Amino acid sequence: MSPATQAVLHFLQTWWVELVSGVVIVAVVPLIAGYVVLVERKLMADMQARLGPMRVGPHGLLQPIADAVKLLIKEDIVPQDADSFIFWFAPVISMVAALTSMGALYFGPDFRVAQDINIGILFVIGVSSLGFLGIILGGWASNSHYSIIGAIRSTAQLVSYETAGGLAIICALLLSGTLRIHAIVDAQSDHHVWFIFLAPVAFFTYLVASIAETNRAPFDLPEAESELVAGYMTEYSGFRWALYFLGEYANMIVVASVATTLFLGGWLRPFPNVHWLNWLDLLPALFIALVGIYCIYRAGKQPVKIQVWFMWAVAFACFAVALIFLVPWIFASLKFAILGLNGAFWFLLKVSAYIYVFMWLRFTLPRYRFDQLMHLGWYILIPLAIVNVFSVGVALLLEAEFGWNRWLALIVTTAFTLAIALFLVRSHDKRVAAASSASAATSDSYAG
Amino acid sequence: MADTVDQDATHSNDTLLGADELILNMGPQHPSTHGVLRVKLKLDGERVRGAECVIGYLHRGVEKIAENRTYQQFAPYVDRMDYVAAISNGLGYCEAVEKLLNVEAPIRAKVIRTILTELQRIASHLVWLGTHALDIGALTPLFYCFREREEILKIFEKYCGARLTTHAFRIGGLQYEAYDDFEKDVERFCKDFERRIQEYVDLLTGNSIWIGRTRNVGVLNAADCIALGATGPILRAAGVKWDLRKAQPYAAYDRYQFEIPTGTNGDTYDRYMVRMEEMRQSRLICLQAIENIPEGPIFGKVGKVIKPAPGEIYHSIEAPKGILGYYVVSDGTVQPYRVRIRPPSFINLQALDKMIRGHLVADVVAVIGTLDIVLGEVDR
Amino acid sequence: MADESKPSQEPESTQAEPKGASPAPAPKSAPTPAAPPAPKPGAPSPKAPAPLQIPLDNDLVRRYRARFGAAILDALEDRKQHYLVVDSAQLPEIARYSREDEKFDLLEDYTAVDWPRRDKRFDLIAILYSFPNNIRLRLKIPIAANEHPSSLVDIWPTSDWLEREIFDMFGIEFAGHPGLKRILLPDGWQGHPLQKDYDILQQDTAWVRENLGIDSGQ
Repeated sequence: MSPATQAVLHFLQTWWVELVSGVVIVAVVPLIAGYVVLVERKLMADMQARLGPMRVGPHGLLQPIADAVKLLIKEDIVPQDADSFIFWFAPVISMVAALTSMGALYFGPDFRVAQDINIGILFVIGVSSLGFLGIILGGWASNSHYSIIGAIRSTAQLVSYETAGGLAIICALLLSGTLRIHAIVDAQSDHHVWFIFLAPVAFFTYLVASIAETNRAPFDLPEAESELVAGYMTEYSGFRWALYFLGEYANMIVVASVATTLFLGGWLRPFPNVHWLNWLDLLPALFIALVGIYCIYRAGKQPVKIQVWFMWAVAFACFAVALIFLVPWIFASLKFAILGLNGAFWFLLKVSAYIYVFMWLRFTLPRYRFDQLMHLGWYILIPLAIVNVFSVGVALLLEAEFGWNRWLALIVTTAFTLAIALFLVRSHDKRVAAASSASAATSDSYAG
Repeated sequence: MADTVDQDATHSNDTLLGADELILNMGPQHPSTHGVLRVKLKLDGERVRGAECVIGYLHRGVEKIAENRTYQQFAPYVDRMDYVAAISNGLGYCEAVEKLLNVEAPIRAKVIRTILTELQRIASHLVWLGTHALDIGALTPLFYCFREREEILKIFEKYCGARLTTHAFRIGGLQYEAYDDFEKDVERFCKDFERRIQEYVDLLTGNSIWIGRTRNVGVLNAADCIALGATGPILRAAGVKWDLRKAQPYAAYDRYQFEIPTGTNGDTYDRYMVRMEEMRQSRLICLQAIENIPEGPIFGKVGKVIKPAPGEIYHSIEAPKGILGYYVVSDGTVQPYRVRIRPPSFINLQALDKMIRGHLVADVVAVIGTLDIVLGEVDR
Repeated sequence: MADESKPSQEPESTQAEPKGASPAPAPKSAPTPAAPPAPKPGAPSPKAPAPLQIPLDNDLVRRYRARFGAAILDALEDRKQHYLVVDSAQLPEIARYSREDEKFDLLEDYTAVDWPRRDKRFDLIAILYSFPNNIRLRLKIPIAANEHPSSLVDIWPTSDWLEREIFDMFGIEFAGHPGLKRILLPDGWQGHPLQKDYDILQQDTAWVRENLGIDSGQ
């Protein structure tokens, strides 16, 4: 065997897990993102007293496939004077940034691509922020007035809220003491509590910042259709647009995963170390089995034969998955898998809950105007995040140097941070009220 | 401070940096102009220095058609002007011609007309609320509003067979008697509607994002309203407690008690509150009316051939969008000599320029939405 | 002052002659609202009912007459609605007086009517409403075909678009209007549709052919 072949084989032997996981991510995540879109449309419909996609496939379940096919066969229009290389490249950057950042994430104690990078969280945040290049290059390459304005707005929004989000993450990192993802969750396990309870203000800051980072409502002005200045995605059609769109949803998944890891205890079940609650470990299997039972119950109510069969098929699939969860309990030799499977379930549940909150906010709240958005970011969120970092630091100092109880220290400092938050919001409201009431007399040097 | 309205903008022609003004075209096709309206915005950066409306895309020559149809033949045409509130248009026209003929519709007809007109007012405001909220980014109120509007349209359909362009009234009274379950349907709708209004209030009224987008946006004070001829909720939001239904009652409005909601600032938020309260008051009028619909004929003393004595009449009503007036000139023949329709949307739209100066581009859709224009009425 | 009754009389007399169906025993005859079809010539003519336009003389009219004298050509009441026929030469002054002294702060509507057989072809109709007094007043201003009445924009800003529409539909040009151009019809349109000699089927075929690329076929 030649040394070249040997080298290649050696490479494959060492890295085959990571390679397979990477391929899975690139292949599966767009599909998952497509189904997240379907879930969003169904949820939106439910909240709006209607049904959502129902035609394509049973209950609209094949809608994402149909959409993907449609986008693929659409005519590929490139604007006349657009820079064609960058026009092609920009959505690719967006998608690649989102997918690459997934490479460092853990989706359960054992499900990951890269093995515990020592800069875990920093890598994820940093690479996912590279997505802004996709936005601004896309806007510029479209060679349209309004695309570039939309792209610049979007980027400005992203950058501003990234700062606040990053500062919120620092609070959680102070509590965990490490950047490694696995170690962060282990730290939450050691402390017997999710970091959301230790630093709640940081969690909510990160929540707001992540909504703005992913251009979701109420911060979706750059993409709103009823806006004069249409977003950076206007000139993109067909599959190029699909890449942007999927990149945005992949980003949502990344951001939700980061929040889950840092604040919601990652793959830990609720009350992770409380022994008498160990029966909660059975909950995943039970939950899935219950879904299966519900499907059987609904099967009887379906009007059409094929829908009845479909419900039965789903029920059986649920029972099969529940069985997979239960198998390690039965066979002692497979006991090691319990933590992995359950952990993946809890992680997915928390990510789903976070994304559900995103969607819920989108359907409920109107849109911020761009200047109001920037105000919120720079005048309220960033000062609050800075104060929060200091307060968490002070709490830890009090615990370490002065022997305070950790909880007491954190409660005191959180109260202080909340007071600052209230003060910031009040002063913002007062400033807005004063400015608008004085608007008749003042002259404004705002230059847009 | 970005939240202020730049008042200097109204006076100077030069821009701050000495740069040229940018003309931004919100073309006739736009998701938020509620029809074919073209607005040319003069921008200085993000600030709007002026807005010029180009209208006429939906001009159908309704006033010319009126001169070539008999009085009854013209009645369906008026529905198509403000097609969102067709029944109001019909009420104004039928009452105008009845005045020209010196007849009055019988009291039963007047009461039923009142009920249907108030239901139509609610329906028109629901369309306004849904689309206005959608423009500002709230996706959900649209569907809730249309769900309620569906109930009203069902009542219209049961009554006269049509949902949108109803031609519900006739010159002299009504053609159709109220159907058997009419009172029950209206009562059921009104009883349910209070809870629904509360849903909209919960979603929007206290919402700080909504307040931020609508407070102090598009301010038009009372003097400007009257000078520019803007009437209806726009005038009431500026603080003028005036409603034509109370000032010069028509139909059966003098039989019922209702309040006139007013605002204080004349901004978009006040217009929102005024229209929400108007929906509540319309509901109250309907409830009062159905308690006692007088018995009697539904058609007055009007023959098959309507040939009013030569002369002219002007009659106006409080349509959901403002004062809707009909100036009808008769020359003694079966066809009117001239029908002039005073369109509230057309005259309210004039105020856009004044309201939008100094605001940001993102506020333009909010202001157009708050004017509640229907292009069918603007252009006729 | 024969002119006084002309505006109210014109309608029946101009239309009655060509039609020839309705009897014309007296110029001021007016058939009742539910009149039967026109009687055959030779049948006894119906008793002429009282004209619906009656002269008006109340405090308001007296004040106007006191202020403007001969410019108030006529004051009439028709079906309980009051209107003044005024001279177009004094239109701005009358308008200003109406707004400032008589408190008619709302110009509710401003339109025109075409009477092609008259000397003064058009009637400008201004409908005024007073919020403080809750009364409405109509001003009728007869103008000749090529007369340029003054614009009322300085007095009631709402007349900006209203006068543009009158120009668009009737061809009446207003002197002093800040930007008199067509408003409902496209800019290059020939003809003014609401004039009575513009047939309803007529279109500006040249504009349609040029801009829409089709033959209008009317």
